[in-house]
Amino acid sequence: MKRASRWAWLWIALGCLYFVLPLVATFLFSLRARKGALSLLAYAHVVRDPQFLRTFAFSLEMAVLTIIVGLALIVPTAIWVHLKLPRARPFIETFALLPFVIPPIVLVFGLIRTYSKPPLAIVTSPVLLIAGYVVLSFPYIFRSVDSGLRAINLRGLVEAAQSLGSRWWTTLGRVVIPNVRAALLSAAFLTFSIVIGELTLAVMLAWPAFGPYMAQVGRDFAYEPAALSVVSFLLTWGMIALMQALSRGLGGTRSAVGGTH
Amino acid sequence: MAFLELNRVTKKFDRASVVSSFTLEANEGEFVSFLGGSGCGKTTTLRMIAGFETPTEGSIVIDGVNVVDVPPHRRGVGMVFQNYALFPNMTAGQNIGFGLRVAGRKPAEIRHRVLQLLSLIHLEELENRYPHQMSGGQQQRVALARALAIQPRVLLLDEPLSALDAGIRVRLREEIRAIQLQLGITTIYVTHDQEEALSLSDKVVVMRDGRIAQIGTPWEIYNRPASQFVASFIGSLNVLAAHVVDPAAGTLRIKDQQIAAAQPLEVSAGESVRLSLRPEMISLTNGHPNHNRLTGAVTNVVFLGSIVRVFLRIGESDLFLDTFNNPHTALPGKGDRINVWFPREACLVDGE
Repeated sequence: MKRASRWAWLWIALGCLYFVLPLVATFLFSLRARKGALSLLAYAHVVRDPQFLRTFAFSLEMAVLTIIVGLALIVPTAIWVHLKLPRARPFIETFALLPFVIPPIVLVFGLIRTYSKPPLAIVTSPVLLIAGYVVLSFPYIFRSVDSGLRAINLRGLVEAAQSLGSRWWTTLGRVVIPNVRAALLSAAFLTFSIVIGELTLAVMLAWPAFGPYMAQVGRDFAYEPAALSVVSFLLTWGMIALMQALSRGLGGTRSAVGGTH
Repeated sequence: MAFLELNRVTKKFDRASVVSSFTLEANEGEFVSFLGGSGCGKTTTLRMIAGFETPTEGSIVIDGVNVVDVPPHRRGVGMVFQNYALFPNMTAGQNIGFGLRVAGRKPAEIRHRVLQLLSLIHLEELENRYPHQMSGGQQQRVALARALAIQPRVLLLDEPLSALDAGIRVRLREEIRAIQLQLGITTIYVTHDQEEALSLSDKVVVMRDGRIAQIGTPWEIYNRPASQFVASFIGSLNVLAAHVVDPAAGTLRIKDQQIAAAQPLEVSAGESVRLSLRPEMISLTNGHPNHNRLTGAVTNVVFLGSIVRVFLRIGESDLFLDTFNNPHTALPGKGDRINVWFPREACLVDGE
């Protein structure tokens, strides 16, 4: 037993090294912009570049919209499949694999071809970018939500709520969603990290997103890309922490739902 | 007119009938059990009353209104589930108050009602516990209170005790019955446990293959079973091979011994039939000159405490009888040839 746990710790340590070493190396490298001394010069360059904040803000906005649209589309669908169409699950699971099989470049050419001529000439609208992002994040959202729904007694909870006089949307908002909150959060995190770093769709649809900006900086400078990586890493984690905090706020209102205190 | 009426309710899944032509009337305040093995359609029937399934044919009338097309959330029917189905994100108090909350009642009124129900189920101190912090029995009590909070017109219970330990099961079923009587609420109780059905109900519906095998009071179901199926499903039963001697007189022959049933038989002379006898109807002493007598050899005597079970061999059939333990009377020994007696009404005869 002791020996097994020692091995377990060794593997965990190795795993941590694998993830942490590149970050540490990148961080150390980013501090060497001034010759012969450690400095935050590269960071100063990054932060001072107006492009940095502008592109990050744009991608942040796209990520939030993608999360909202993706969850709004996929959560009710997954619930419906669980309750009414369990036989459609294998079909939807296969469907959810498509974004892995079809490269984003193929997807974006398809989108451009389809939506650049009337009646649906929306190729210059951010709607198309968000739609593309929803497709990319669909497998992650569906899998998270699906496993979350499988972990609860969905049918029983929904029927109990209905028999107590609760309408469909009330049941969804007060019973189902609070009980799959963790799954929805993980879906949101995954979507967020996909969209923040996404390159292909943003480049091909010509949007000033954070992914293309990072690629640009990577091509043009030496130390700044490393600093940018560290900053974007911290920003992404910061955003995820913020989402968690916000959803905990939701948890607070949730506990008032019963209304007996 | 009865308070709850099911008229020729039929449910088909992919053309296979799960419930066929189910007709039942329950009066206000009545406690009705649906009793049957798994797959007999009892739960499907209950779910049709709740509105979770739609009948393929037939009508369900609650208080004079056909509710077949009314969605579950507007039926005013409370339901208690086998697996409790408490909302994990809410405390016991919030679970109980949920139905009133979604109905838009005032917080003070909800609070009052929740406290009232918590005291009804004797769990006042658990108001702020979450479901995962409660035992199965406590969770099921909360589920019952939650269903009662909305003051439903009909209360449905779907095998509410089958996930609980035997001791709690007996205590909780008595509590359920006491609360039901106190509130006078029309109740349908689905179970596969005959003891539960017999001890709780005003009326028992025995089901088999989606059909009603018999409806009656527990006394009628047990003492006057309509068929051998009902008789064998409820209580223990002896089944003996017999031949008809005189159908009009109701006389039968078991090997070379003749007995008589209370009623004329609807089969012709010489035909083989099955004779069913409750073990507790057979006596080691003759109580009445009219009683049937059978003679057989004792094959075993089993002492069960308050009851002694005696096994006999009669012709090619085995028979057992239950008699109360009495330290002052001698029990027959293994191998003894003894006489046993039973009344004519105890004979239930079925064609083969």
